[in-house]
Amino acid sequence: MSQSHRIDAKVGGGQIDRTKTLGFTFDGVGYQGHPGDTLASALLANGVRLMGRSFKYHRPRGPISSGSEEPNALVELRTGGRQEPNTRATVAELFDGLEAKSQNRWPSLRFDAMGINDKLSPFFAAGFYYKTFMWPKAFWEKLYEPIIRRAAGLGSVTREEDPDEYEKGFLHCDLLVIGAGPAGLIAALTAGRAGARVVLADEDFRMGGRLNAETFAVGGKSGADWAAGVVAELASLPNVRLMVRTTVIGAFDHGIYGAVERVSDHLAVPIAGKPRQVLWRIYSKRAILAAGAIERPIAFENNDRPGIMMAGALRAYANRWGVKAGERVAVFTNNDDGLRTAADLKAKGVDVVAVVDSRQGEEVIDTKGKLGLTQITIRDKAGRTRTVGVDALGVSGGWNPNVNVHSHHRSRPVWNDEIAAFVPGADGPAGLLVAGAAAGGLSTHAALKSGAEAARAAVEALGKQAPYSLPVAEDAPTKVSPLWFVHHGKGRAWIDQQNDVTVKDVKLAKQENFTSVEHLKRYTTLGMATDQGKTGNVIGLAVMAELTGRSIPETGTTIYRPPYTPVAMGTLAGRSRGKEFKPFRLTPSHQWASEQGAFFVEVGMWMRTQWVPKAGETEWRQSVDREVLATRKSVGICDVTTLGKIDIQGTDAGAFLDKVYANTFSTLAVGKCRYGLMLREDGMVFDDGTTARMGQNEYVMTTTTANAVTVFRHLEFCRQCLWPDMDVQLISTTEAWAQFSVAGPNARKLLEKVVDQDISDAAFPYMGAGNITVGGLRARLFRISFSGELAYEIAVPTRYGDALLREMLAKGAEFDPVVYGTEALGVMRIEKGHVAGGELNGQSTALNMGLGKMVSKKKDSIGMVLSQREGMVEENGYRLVGVKPVDPKAKLVAGSHFLEKGAAPVAANDGGWLTSKVYSPHLGCEIALGYLKGGDKKIGTRMRAVNLVGGLDTEVEIISQHMFDPEGERLRG
Amino acid sequence: MIIHHPILGPRDAQEFVYLGDESLIDRPDGMSAGIEEFHDYAYNRTNPAGEHRELWYHEQGDRSWLVVTRNTVTHEITKVELARDVARAKGRTK
Repeated sequence: MSQSHRIDAKVGGGQIDRTKTLGFTFDGVGYQGHPGDTLASALLANGVRLMGRSFKYHRPRGPISSGSEEPNALVELRTGGRQEPNTRATVAELFDGLEAKSQNRWPSLRFDAMGINDKLSPFFAAGFYYKTFMWPKAFWEKLYEPIIRRAAGLGSVTREEDPDEYEKGFLHCDLLVIGAGPAGLIAALTAGRAGARVVLADEDFRMGGRLNAETFAVGGKSGADWAAGVVAELASLPNVRLMVRTTVIGAFDHGIYGAVERVSDHLAVPIAGKPRQVLWRIYSKRAILAAGAIERPIAFENNDRPGIMMAGALRAYANRWGVKAGERVAVFTNNDDGLRTAADLKAKGVDVVAVVDSRQGEEVIDTKGKLGLTQITIRDKAGRTRTVGVDALGVSGGWNPNVNVHSHHRSRPVWNDEIAAFVPGADGPAGLLVAGAAAGGLSTHAALKSGAEAARAAVEALGKQAPYSLPVAEDAPTKVSPLWFVHHGKGRAWIDQQNDVTVKDVKLAKQENFTSVEHLKRYTTLGMATDQGKTGNVIGLAVMAELTGRSIPETGTTIYRPPYTPVAMGTLAGRSRGKEFKPFRLTPSHQWASEQGAFFVEVGMWMRTQWVPKAGETEWRQSVDREVLATRKSVGICDVTTLGKIDIQGTDAGAFLDKVYANTFSTLAVGKCRYGLMLREDGMVFDDGTTARMGQNEYVMTTTTANAVTVFRHLEFCRQCLWPDMDVQLISTTEAWAQFSVAGPNARKLLEKVVDQDISDAAFPYMGAGNITVGGLRARLFRISFSGELAYEIAVPTRYGDALLREMLAKGAEFDPVVYGTEALGVMRIEKGHVAGGELNGQSTALNMGLGKMVSKKKDSIGMVLSQREGMVEENGYRLVGVKPVDPKAKLVAGSHFLEKGAAPVAANDGGWLTSKVYSPHLGCEIALGYLKGGDKKIGTRMRAVNLVGGLDTEVEIISQHMFDPEGERLRG
Repeated sequence: MIIHHPILGPRDAQEFVYLGDESLIDRPDGMSAGIEEFHDYAYNRTNPAGEHRELWYHEQGDRSWLVVTRNTVTHEITKVELARDVARAKGRTK
């Protein structure tokens, strides 16, 4: 029968829309529910109690709560790319067509083969893994870990891409109110009426909190109606923002809160243009935590069967959702709140067959029912036991104020005897007030009063007045008499149902001296995973307190950390996924290169052309070799826009460069450029590049592509913090200029066809630099070479970069120019022995690179002093060398280690390593650069390049790093 | 965190890059100080649980280097100054 457990609308309609019916499936079976239902309430309405299997013992489980604290009813929702594991059925809003599946069971929820774990439970006590999978060591990787991994975990993750979008948002407010129960609602109303900018966030899809789940009156109407009235007024205030389905997940510094808004989780498919979820960063001047309280269980034998739930949840399902979780119900309580459940259910016509009140000396000691509760055993004051047939049991062990967010800055909750629970302690996040049940005020009146008071205090702190009046509401005392676990028998009594932690496990932890709460948590897994012990933590440590004879405050509590409830990775990522994970820049020649079918590679923050294949080339080396040979034969063009460019101006610009470069720049003639070596203060090489003097007080620095940002930051540090009175100004012009290297014997001839000035060797000698024009357009020309060829770098304003490239190719067509990419660039710089990424590794000195003489001792510069430290100036330290295999056909691998002939491949014999390797079409073999101990003295000798990972052991010849045109005749040509 | 920039007002810490202890301003002069002194400068820092004066760079902003006085336990920020002003007050010039 459809919705067999729905209470007659005439008796109790609840806050569902019975005029509409929604269809959904659970494990493939079709059911019906109504708008306003959660998946859990709809399943219970259909008589389905069994919703999952426990983590370790695979015990049959149903929901114990009606909120986000739920440890048991974890399900997989949806299919395909939207499939989402470990979602609490108690907060999953029902929609038409929802597909849900149970988890952690095989082959089916009713018959789960891994249920054998339950029979083997004596072996699976706390610490089982630590003790069992210890040795032999070799078994761990091959045997134990795969088995454990297969058995562990709950839901499964889809392999398909998530089709939805996730956003990040920023909000600013005077007051953030967390939770829209009675305290939160009246706080928002008080502050909103006073004109404060208020954000009211609630994780539920309906504001009102417990008022929606209770029957008592507030201000002369039902609590739910009062809440709806307040929400309506708040919605009319332009200074108040209401955020339903929004969980505040963490308190961060300076009044910043994180929140997740589930914009579209309640829809089959998000509305076009709307994200699935939004991660909000809320900047607040004040905040009020009104997150309510969470009911806690009592541990007794077999207290985990489907049908056993919190008394407050049983009541919520009846009052809010019009669902009776059972036909014959019992209540087990240690406080007056549990009695409300019995009264409310009776009023709804449910057969309440037993009220077991521990304060009267009665206790539930055991239960029966394989896949769901069928019977409970009650022990009375005199010790006599009786059994009662029931299909639902509501348990109340009292209520724990929900202090979670208040603890995020390490504030320790303090124990309150009156309500037998932890309440927020001192030193919570600055500006955060706590109100309502979260502060320990468990009656409705107490919640309203403290909510209004907190709002008034928050608003007054901001300089506004906030008068308030309170509606009349119940103010019943708690009357709780602590009971944590029932002393009876040898069976298992669950504390943390999600992690299958029982009273026995706590006893074992105590026995093995893991008595501190932090040890207890790690040893037993109490309070871990998706629910983070929201229902189980306090009872677990109370049991430990009782076992160790300490008080609960002496035992202490673990600290809560963000996030309050689980957050999907996609939500944290937002739009930073796929190509948007890390934005990249396109070079001015990108369009042209795309047209040629070029291959691209990420370099720093850029996409650079890697090589440009010609028709018929099927393998990358063909293209790269051709680009290298053509450049060395005639002329090649390479986009070098990505190099960092910094304009440095001021009367102290030269002096400033002398400080930041190891070599001297103040003496550089105007119109010339120079290679510069920049050290870190610890003496290691930081970066290199050429810097040109464009005028008396004007330099242009280039940096490597990778370090453009960090060099600029470093220069600003030097300018502002070290030499604050230097007259020097910096501006990054990396993106302002499109810059091309034009290299090869015909470089000048090609450029002469596009530039307006005389650039003959006499007019524009090697290392010359200057402002020129290209068809009247301002441009810069530098005669520098990274390839070893006669070469220039020409720069034009970025928007003309594409035109300049096309112009050079067209006007220089007679020279058959090639455009080369980063691969050919790398080949030519290695042939020439120039250092780059593999050598500029942050662990190498100028001396290591063969550039030791560049570090001037005649002036103070960053890193100069520490570059002379012992250990960095060793005679036989690493020196940069060139390497080629003795057999020209042999392969080299970067990262290979140098070994002497016959030496065993062990660390003691390590002579250094290959930093970069390419195939040199010029030399007809693979070549490499490397750091070799005492390398300068080993030129001409033979060693081995050994790569144990790749299985390579190659005899190599150590040669000068300058492997091509060592005299530099070509570049001066 | 929110850093109250002396020129630009309250800014989110995400806009900044953290460097470290304010003592990095106190760089010795390389022509007179030796390796020992530079070693102390480059490597030795106090690591207080409490008030800490530290360098932050407003990279996604106006490129100011700031000296932020922050409590490392509570993250409370009690003072924010332009590092250039701090450097000058320490007697640094050219």
